[in-house]
Amino acid sequence: MAPRGNRIMRYAAPLKAAAQRFAFLMLIAGAVGLIILGKADAVLVERLRVAVSDAFAPILAAFARPLATLDAAIDEAWELINLRAENERLREDNAELRHWEQVARELGAQNRALAEALKFVPHGEERSITGRVIADSGGAFVRSLLIDAGARDGVAKGQAVVAGQGLIGRIAEVGEVSSRVLLITDLNSRIPVVVESTRDHAILAGDNSDLPRLLYLPSNLSLEPGTRIVTSGDGEAFPPGLPIGTVVAASEGAARIQPFANWSRVEYVRIIDYGLKGILGPLEPLPATARTKRPVRP
Amino acid sequence: MTALAFQLDRWARRLFPFALSAFLVVLSVVPLPIPSWGLVVPSFGLIAVFYWAIHRPDLLPAPAVFALGLIEDILSGAPTGLNTLVFLLVYGAMRNQRRPFLGKPFAVMWFGFLVVAPAAIFAEWLLASALAGRFIPAETAFVQLLLTLALYPCLSWLFASGQRAFLRQS
Repeated sequence: MAPRGNRIMRYAAPLKAAAQRFAFLMLIAGAVGLIILGKADAVLVERLRVAVSDAFAPILAAFARPLATLDAAIDEAWELINLRAENERLREDNAELRHWEQVARELGAQNRALAEALKFVPHGEERSITGRVIADSGGAFVRSLLIDAGARDGVAKGQAVVAGQGLIGRIAEVGEVSSRVLLITDLNSRIPVVVESTRDHAILAGDNSDLPRLLYLPSNLSLEPGTRIVTSGDGEAFPPGLPIGTVVAASEGAARIQPFANWSRVEYVRIIDYGLKGILGPLEPLPATARTKRPVRP
Repeated sequence: MTALAFQLDRWARRLFPFALSAFLVVLSVVPLPIPSWGLVVPSFGLIAVFYWAIHRPDLLPAPAVFALGLIEDILSGAPTGLNTLVFLLVYGAMRNQRRPFLGKPFAVMWFGFLVVAPAAIFAEWLLASALAGRFIPAETAFVQLLLTLALYPCLSWLFASGQRAFLRQS
């Protein structure tokens, strides 16, 4: 019995080692395959990502809650310390806001009258969905967030995501209970925007820095620092007029934008469902009427 | 019955390295109220893979490393397969080179990590840049590397205590 056992061992050990080495190489090949498939935007990889995100969403939400509570407690302590100064600032703000309220009322009345005169057809209702950030923008190479709202709540690919004062990104992946937000600072983010004061169109492009760039500005345009940039609604991905940020540094035909959103404290986000298909939807042929027809020369 | 309990206990103990590593990977994406934390968060997964590849590669086999990398990729929003590949390469290299490190003082281990971690994060940066089609600014990756190196002693201590507590006999 003993010699036979030895013989089995003699063959089994190298075989086992070879099998292990083969399994390891297969795993390496699997990882490379995932990278290639992921780069090619394969549906399979996206399904896998969405399934894993959904599976971990409840765990992440459970982690995020106590931390948020702690954060809120620290905030409250600071607020108590700064109460007087805060009160003073709010009084000033209030006076200014009263002035703006007056202006808004006047403009509102004027707008109604003009819309009436022009028989303007308003766009349909826009709805917003609230989501909590459950995973932070991950690592050194991407700028994105995971939130705890998904298809179940009405979130769809391409919708605009707003936090606090302004746009922070768009929905890139949707799961059943979680979604991934691609931030406007990410390398792959391209948002059609418009300069609020001059109505010049441009593209806001992220480059992983905190200040995204404006591309394709008219070359003769020089923007003043502090100029507001809003979404244009071009490509029908976003509602027009969502505030994004202000110009901080500008040169001929290029500018950097300081977003309104406070990146370090994004805890809740609002997803705007504008009822649009967006540029991410399937491409449809142009209707015949939209094609430009050359006038027939006499 | 006792045999079953014994088996279950054994399995729970053997699962410990993977469970703790997976827990740390999940923890690394939890948003903290620290500005830009998410961009420079140390790579807990890299430390875990390095440590267990040297000390107990039998309890963190290659498929488990693959799973860790994939979880990290998906939860952090990184390109699918990026951390998976880098973790596997680090694991493969350390499993083959574990003899010189075994039974050596902590400083030797840390020195080893000081060599491996920059190589791993550089590889990751290179791969991410290739996928993006341009060079990604490397400052955040550099800060991440420094934090990862600085955190190594803490996590290594955590793993070592766990190993002493749960894995002495198995």
